[in-house]
Amino acid sequence: MIEAEDIHYSYPNKVEALKGVSITIKDGEFVAIMGQNGAGKSTFIKHFNGLLKPTQGRVKVDGVDTTKTSVASLARNVGFVFQNPDHQLFSETVEEEISFALKNFCFDKKIIEDRVTWALELLSINQYRKTSPFLLSGGERKRVALASVLAWDPQTLILDEPTIGQDHEQKEKLRQFIMQMKAQKKTIVIVTHDVEFVAECNPRVILMKDGKIIADGIGTAILTDPVMLELSSIVLPQIAEVFTKLGALGLPKNIIDIYEAKALLLKVRERLNK
Amino acid sequence: MALIDIKNLTYTYPGASKPSVYDVTIKIEKGEFVLITGPSGCGKTTLCRCFNGLIPHFYQGEIKGEVTVAGINTFERHTYEMAKHVGLVFQNPENQLFALSVEKDVAFGLENNAVDREEMRKKVDWALNQTGIYEIRERSPHEISGGQQQRVAIASVLAMEPEIIVLDEPTSFLDPLSAQKIFDVIYRLNKEQGITVILVEHRLDLTAKYTDHLILMDQGTIRLEGDPREILNKEETRLIGVGIPKATLLYQLLKKEGFQLGGKIPLSSDELAEQLLEALEHR
Repeated sequence: MIEAEDIHYSYPNKVEALKGVSITIKDGEFVAIMGQNGAGKSTFIKHFNGLLKPTQGRVKVDGVDTTKTSVASLARNVGFVFQNPDHQLFSETVEEEISFALKNFCFDKKIIEDRVTWALELLSINQYRKTSPFLLSGGERKRVALASVLAWDPQTLILDEPTIGQDHEQKEKLRQFIMQMKAQKKTIVIVTHDVEFVAECNPRVILMKDGKIIADGIGTAILTDPVMLELSSIVLPQIAEVFTKLGALGLPKNIIDIYEAKALLLKVRERLNK
Repeated sequence: MALIDIKNLTYTYPGASKPSVYDVTIKIEKGEFVLITGPSGCGKTTLCRCFNGLIPHFYQGEIKGEVTVAGINTFERHTYEMAKHVGLVFQNPENQLFALSVEKDVAFGLENNAVDREEMRKKVDWALNQTGIYEIRERSPHEISGGQQQRVAIASVLAMEPEIIVLDEPTSFLDPLSAQKIFDVIYRLNKEQGITVILVEHRLDLTAKYTDHLILMDQGTIRLEGDPREILNKEETRLIGVGIPKATLLYQLLKKEGFQLGGKIPLSSDELAEQLLEALEHR
């Protein structure tokens, strides 16, 4: 559970990146934060594991005020995956990278082995176990970064742009994994520009602009609101875009799911055939 | 002769156990807008590094076959000679930026080519404006966001006005509207100035509509090549794990239900909406 109360944050160069943001994210919630480059998304989520402390306001993670604890002690419960995997990877092999945190948390040797294997398989990088992360492709490095955090099974997971460089199959796996985490009452927050991925997951969506939250609601509502999306420099998902253009047919506009779209269109055809 | 002519290219990185690119043959003509896609790790980035000679000169390793770009054999000539012909925008902008200010980074290639001062100012300003970073030209490239860094990387290549621009997932850190604007700029350069564009992308929802030459790679080889409408409509393409645009997928689902839709296979929501209106309104 994450609670942010009217937080403000200014960088040392006086740029005010957050201008009063409040939010409550409950256990078992899956939230996607979206918005223009420079809207404050990354600054915001860095408050969730204490990497940044608010200049004003308060952030509590599982009831603990982040100013009253350290990043290291928060880390056990909050996993954070950076936008750019190269900011995170440092080990000589993929296996070492993934076991690093587990060793630091003093897990049993056998458990470490099991967890590493589990994470490698989950992210389809088992064949690279002994390879240097720096020899892998951009998409694969991103998966190593994800695996290294998923391996210790944190209660809260913060992922900055998890789908960058991922192909369709990997995105689908990630979606299924997030849904499993959600079912286990874990908290998942992603920052993403990937409209189609968000449309497929249909999570709670938060739009940010100029250091503030400008919209907060279910995916089907937010992702089909052309005005709010444009303010956030986001384009409509393709299905929603198709439906906004079918106005003359009297169809609902808040459609993002492809199967729902198909069913509706078949119904229209049936009606017209009568 | 084609502008880019690759024959039976096989390349293995130093220390790797198998080739990253295997027996690849491609011809790209001047003025084409080529889109390369395929699963993560399939060899797309490796192939990009061959277009300007980074492979084999910088990466070393073992190379076989022939790569001719703008009439030059890239195995025999230096990467800096290729730079006049081919501009490469890297996947990770941090690997590309190094100067103390954004505008110095953008001007770097022109300075090396001894372009005169006034001309340089004009070209740099033009590139900064095209990519929407004129306002931040005096900032350090290392204190701006990932999305802004990608724009700087693109601007520094645009400023050189190369014959060929190779872009490796150039907008992955950008918000969708900014990404679309960048793709529109690149598309315009391609159409108006005849610059040949090679774009590597996973997000076909955003980009399929720009291309008429799609290359689909898988495990280091070229699996399918040609008209994007045909390729994206194939079952094989979906099975390889390519993200088919949702408009194309919905078209396929409706067709399976016997929905009468005219015209070509749609690649964008505009194209699909038009076909649906046609089919449902005029009854």
